[in-house]
Amino acid sequence: MSRRRHSDDSDDSDGQPHKRRRTSEPSEIEERLESLICRVGEKSNSSLESNLEGLAGVLEADLPNYKSKILRILCTVARLLPEKLTVYTTLVGLLNARNYNFGGEFVEAMIRQLKECLKVNMYNEAVHLVRFLSDLVNCHVIAAPSMVAMFENFVSVTQEEDVPQVRCDWYIFAFLSSLPWVGKELYEKKDAEMDRLLSQTESYLKRRQKIHVPMLQVWTADKPHPQEEYLDCLWSQIQKLKKDRWQERHILRPYLAFDSILCEALQHNLPPFTPPPHTEDSVYPMPRVIFRMFDYTDDPEGPVMPGSHSVERFVIEEVIFAELFQLPSPPHIEVMYTTLLIELCKLQPGSLPQVLAQATEMLYMRLDTMNTTCVDRFINWFSHHLSNFQFRWSWEDWSDCLTQDLEKPKPKFVREVLEKCMRLSYHQRIIDIVPASFSVLSPANPVCIYKYGDESNRSLPGYTVALCLTIAIKNKASNDEIFSILKDVPNPNQDDDDDEGFTFNPLKIEVFVQTLLHLAAKSFSHSFSALAKFHEVFKTLAESDEGKLHVLRVVYEVWKNHPQMIAVLVDKMIRTQIVDCAAVANWIFSSELAHDFTRFYIWEILHSTIRKMNKHVLKIHKELEDTKARLARQHKRRDSDDDDRSSDREDGPLEEQIERLQEKVESAQSEQKNLFLVIFQRFIMLLTEHLVRCETGGIDVFTPWYKSCIERLQQIFLQHHQIIQQYMVTFENLLFTAELDHHILAVFQQFCALQA
Amino acid sequence: MCSGGTLSILRSDSYVDLSQYRDQHFRGTRYDQERLLRKSCTLYVGNLSFYTTEEQIHELFGKSGDIKKIIMGLDKVKKTACGFCFVEYYARGDAENAMRYINGTRLDDRIIRTDWDAGFKEGRQYGRGRSGGQVRDEYRQDYDAGRGGYGKTVQCQLLFKWC
Repeated sequence: MSRRRHSDDSDDSDGQPHKRRRTSEPSEIEERLESLICRVGEKSNSSLESNLEGLAGVLEADLPNYKSKILRILCTVARLLPEKLTVYTTLVGLLNARNYNFGGEFVEAMIRQLKECLKVNMYNEAVHLVRFLSDLVNCHVIAAPSMVAMFENFVSVTQEEDVPQVRCDWYIFAFLSSLPWVGKELYEKKDAEMDRLLSQTESYLKRRQKIHVPMLQVWTADKPHPQEEYLDCLWSQIQKLKKDRWQERHILRPYLAFDSILCEALQHNLPPFTPPPHTEDSVYPMPRVIFRMFDYTDDPEGPVMPGSHSVERFVIEEVIFAELFQLPSPPHIEVMYTTLLIELCKLQPGSLPQVLAQATEMLYMRLDTMNTTCVDRFINWFSHHLSNFQFRWSWEDWSDCLTQDLEKPKPKFVREVLEKCMRLSYHQRIIDIVPASFSVLSPANPVCIYKYGDESNRSLPGYTVALCLTIAIKNKASNDEIFSILKDVPNPNQDDDDDEGFTFNPLKIEVFVQTLLHLAAKSFSHSFSALAKFHEVFKTLAESDEGKLHVLRVVYEVWKNHPQMIAVLVDKMIRTQIVDCAAVANWIFSSELAHDFTRFYIWEILHSTIRKMNKHVLKIHKELEDTKARLARQHKRRDSDDDDRSSDREDGPLEEQIERLQEKVESAQSEQKNLFLVIFQRFIMLLTEHLVRCETGGIDVFTPWYKSCIERLQQIFLQHHQIIQQYMVTFENLLFTAELDHHILAVFQQFCALQA
Repeated sequence: MCSGGTLSILRSDSYVDLSQYRDQHFRGTRYDQERLLRKSCTLYVGNLSFYTTEEQIHELFGKSGDIKKIIMGLDKVKKTACGFCFVEYYARGDAENAMRYINGTRLDDRIIRTDWDAGFKEGRQYGRGRSGGQVRDEYRQDYDAGRGGYGKTVQCQLLFKWC
């Protein structure tokens, strides 16, 4: 439904101004109903109770004409506005008290909606619906025994055979997470049955496997806060709640004010609910690990509170950081959390910035055991945050990291933060904002390194050609002229007599790429223009796999001080097909890059490369589906046309196109699978080498490099889990076999456990 | 029945809505322009410092998605940066996220502003002020070190004073 603004009325495509509507049309009433329902529970001059009562009256009056609309709106708010759950259950309770049939129809509609959500894998919304239904027990809409019966069906899913654990997990989660709302009532009516359900739940939780947990933990250590698996955490919380006799004081319960009305209402029984069976298309939510960073109630030596009001600030921050650090991915795009925290700092300038500084300090102190992916996010958040506050920070507080080995997490973190800060400003700014002692961690000045620039390099092979090339390019030489200049470059590899022409000549690549990048060094745009202008030369020189690899090597040699430039050049070269994704993967694992292997920018490049590959496959797949749809529509038209003139001839071009696209999809998927194969293979080689070296040398395996490397491997699995799942069989058979070192195999097994 | 339905309050996405600005030089009807704005992947970015580089813009705007192209706004006479640029994304969704989360935050210590653009056309990279920069720098009265100091009109007045 699009709402046109007043100013649009005069710009109609038909040029006719609309007549003002004098009478209310049905669609306007429906809009008004939706608006009324959505707004109840918001800030108002009247009390919530009187608003609910008023609204119940209005809706009851509209039931004869707008029942299905009202049903639809209420079902939708139940599903999409969980934060106002008890407001709407109370509303439904009041309506049910006035109109028993309506209450029954609503319950039926909710059950239908729940089934639909489960069928299309909308599990988060399904949880909202289950909680809504359970709170309807409190509002005397649903009879407690029938709710217990539904939960019995939920818990019995744990008895199903040959189903993924994550399926059973969801049903247990839906049951347990409803208990804060309805546990008291259900226990009052059916305590024996509830005890049985809880005991069945407990035994399920005891026997379920938790191999996936290490992969999802933000910190590898259990001190100071253990990171519990989410179901274990919920179970402990429910146990405590039960011990407290289900007394809790956080849930708003508007229906208590209407008790006298609601207890007069007749209740409905939930129809027997059979959980939809598991199918191949079922995708259940991934398990989670609960993130805790503050423990102020338990730890008297903890951070000093700025004031008694700020407990909420700590909770807010804990929630925000929990989402930001969530593995595999945050629920929202990372930059949202940065902007959210900035807004909160603006709204609460007296307290939030302080608490945020304390949080940063706490996270910094625990860097040693923080998961590498989470450290990445911490780096991105902190540097972006600082850039909004003139980079003001008490860096001296962190001078402890200066005495550590630069590969250790704390100095590494500071280095990466400073590099990112530089990208958002400029080199001298960073030098100015840190104390002189931090210069060892400051980023390099992002200047280009041109090996043929110095007269002293005269003796280098290719020097004269480089000079020649420079002049030619400055004089706007064409690709052909470039080729002829390059012909004079000897090939250091040419020992055997080779076929003439365009075999791999590393020196040619070196001279051309060094010179061109140097000339175009001024800005990203200059470099992109250079790549575009001389695309043909690049394609020819980089035709072979070795050629592609060498181009990447030279790019690195020229721009190793400017990782941001390397990243954008690699991106452009993939998009213009100068290099391919596999070449980038091989380059990242090459010995030339070993020195930078643990640097953040390398992994940004690799993940960006994988994402491009994934998007490419999706794009071609979509083209194929669209073309198939076009063919289907054509058939349909022909069938309804009944025209003999339209023959198979018309199908021809489309069918050909479909065949071509089918091939394209297969080839793209094969390239995608191959990319992951290369990446996994290289990881296995690197890690095995390290493990063997440590074992034979008797040194501890767990060096900072190793922790970083193994967590980078985990990151590949987590960030691209959907794609990797498609090729699991290949990876299992070819790479992750039983002969693999158990350290490496464990990562694979943890990954498999995520959807098992 | 309900799984696809949503609520109009949840559909409201005010950060992504079109502003009141319409390009007066646009070739086409208002309707055409608005249609293009609603599906555009290109953002206009304003209130930049004259010293802000393409690299800084790339780093900041890259946080909402892959950038296809950045075009720096130039003084028509001097051909130097004059405080605005265009950022084009491959995907509309990434541009929307920039409107939601990057608009109104700082770059180079300045609060920058983003708005939908109907799409870059040659010539649109130049300022439209009489002196060659942006119109806003012609008439403003304040001193802005990042944007050439005083507005052009004020600069002329000062010049006159000292002659």
